[in-house]
Amino acid sequence: MLDRLRELYETLRTAKLRTAVTALSVAWGIFMLVVLLGAGAGIQNGAEHQFRDDATNAIWVFRGTTSMPFEGHKIGRQVRLTDEDYDAIQRNIEGVTHITGRFYLQGQFTVSYGKVVTSFDVRATHPGHRFLENTEITDGRFINELDLKERRKVVVIGPTAVERLFHGMDPIGEWISVKGMMYRVVGVFKDSGGESEDSTIYIPISTAQMVYGGASQIHQIMFTIDESSSVEQSTAIAEETKRMLAGRHHFSPKDKRAIRMRNTIEDFQRVLGLFERIRVFIWIVGVGTIVAGIVGVSNIMLISVRERTKEIGIRKALGATPWAIISQIMLESLIVTGVSGYTGLIAGVGLLELVRKHMPPSEFFRDPEVNLGVALGALALLVFSGLLAGYFPARLAAKVNPIVALRAE
Amino acid sequence: MIRLEKLNKSYLLGHHALHVLRNIDLTIEAGELVAIMGSSGSGKSTLLNILGILDDYDSGSYVLGGTMIRDLSESRAAQYRNKLIGFVFQSFNLLAFKTAAENVALPLFYQGFSRSKRNALALDYLDRVGLKDWALHLPSEMSGGQKQRVAIARALITKPRILLADEPTGALDSKTSDQIMDLLTEVNGEGVTVVIVTHESAVAARTHRTIRLRDGVIDDEASPPSNRASQGIAMPSSRRG
Repeated sequence: MLDRLRELYETLRTAKLRTAVTALSVAWGIFMLVVLLGAGAGIQNGAEHQFRDDATNAIWVFRGTTSMPFEGHKIGRQVRLTDEDYDAIQRNIEGVTHITGRFYLQGQFTVSYGKVVTSFDVRATHPGHRFLENTEITDGRFINELDLKERRKVVVIGPTAVERLFHGMDPIGEWISVKGMMYRVVGVFKDSGGESEDSTIYIPISTAQMVYGGASQIHQIMFTIDESSSVEQSTAIAEETKRMLAGRHHFSPKDKRAIRMRNTIEDFQRVLGLFERIRVFIWIVGVGTIVAGIVGVSNIMLISVRERTKEIGIRKALGATPWAIISQIMLESLIVTGVSGYTGLIAGVGLLELVRKHMPPSEFFRDPEVNLGVALGALALLVFSGLLAGYFPARLAAKVNPIVALRAE
Repeated sequence: MIRLEKLNKSYLLGHHALHVLRNIDLTIEAGELVAIMGSSGSGKSTLLNILGILDDYDSGSYVLGGTMIRDLSESRAAQYRNKLIGFVFQSFNLLAFKTAAENVALPLFYQGFSRSKRNALALDYLDRVGLKDWALHLPSEMSGGQKQRVAIARALITKPRILLADEPTGALDSKTSDQIMDLLTEVNGEGVTVVIVTHESAVAARTHRTIRLRDGVIDDEASPPSNRASQGIAMPSSRRG
């Protein structure tokens, strides 16, 4: 084998530049495939990371304004969601696992503790909210049913508030002022949604409705459904919810503006599907690039075989069997594509590693990666393409007639 | 060693069959030194190709060293060529990118010899043709006579029973031709059957026997049983197989 390789090296050495240029085309093909797949994974990771903030099995209901006349009501009527709607969904809709309402408090609220004064977004919710935002409690507790019932003035704060107000001190049980009203800190959370989520503070929705004059109003209702639900099931639940609310608020179930729905399962699945398609597309482009490389190798080797007709004829006259000739050409092709392709693979992975290390993860791009399966797939593709590229030239070489070849000058 | 009986060969040229060899009967004994002569188109190259198992024939028979050579697979033909036959060509046919030693060693590569063994043997054979010091030179750095001697070393390295030489002196001046003929005679002296295709009568005169081909048939009138007999040179009996 070593001997064969040495024989091969001698042949390749005679056409250094040509070998190098050919090798480059294959290396480039694999490099592009790896980088594209890595970048695709990076974009996908970025998108999935964004979803990580929110539950991916949630249905969101926003209030809206009617856009269709219904049962004698004129269009342009505002639909107001209330505690009763919250209760109705919880009671009547099958498959709801966690539910919360949100009462909007506009703008940032001045928050102070002792002499420290700062401002935060305040979110008034039900206890179920932490499941919808993937909020993790790191200390104390989240808002509970008792807080809700008694309209307690309690607050759950994020890491930003702990840092700014308490400078790392234990905040549990301390009282802070939110827009002039004193609240007791009962819990600390952390959220993977980034800075804006981390600097939000939570209060019970009932407290907010009372203090900020909302009566029983709710601006937004969100609920999760069973995680194993399919897109169809989630769509059905969303439809059912809409029908029920349409009945309660007298608007047409066909009215798209009366209430607005967002189905994160659908969104998530759509995004996943999109990435699936992007991946297929990348493979097509990548494989296409490699095919161009293979055709290049095959072409160059065909030329090389033609140029070496005499050499092949001499070898045959001296006793080279067709198999010896075929295996020599195939091996040559395999080595050229293998070595160059592997180089391309390493270069591609190297580039992705560099990007991963030195480019801060953004919303759109993080952790580009090529997994083992893809790398092995690319490698298998290389071997296959090497053999494929060598096949036609080898067949041509095996057909060389020594008599004709020897006569050729 | 070589026995041809009623051997025919024709090529198809368009719609016409060109009958190149007609009913060739030819016996060459082991250890003979034979010249094949003939004008161009007489079929002598075709005959040499068939003898060298580079080409097939249509009918008749060709027995080489007791083996019937007929309808061989390409691999089989290659093996016989490798083991039984040494080739020497007019244009030397050395691989330009290989040194003299590597060229000589090449046939052994196809016999699966190790590199070191090949190289050692190649040096031996280069020594025999007087080119040991040229072992690491490329063919382009050598004269025609030297190249042909390298080619002869290459032809001999597999210890073939027959050496087929196609116009071995065709590209050389007369002095160098003489040296090459000396070498071939010496090789023949060691028991190798040598068949030389040539159109030079000086070359033919140095062989035991000349076979003349004319239009695809052996011209018996012009092919005496022995050159030496006709030239009155005593032939050492040991050289006749």
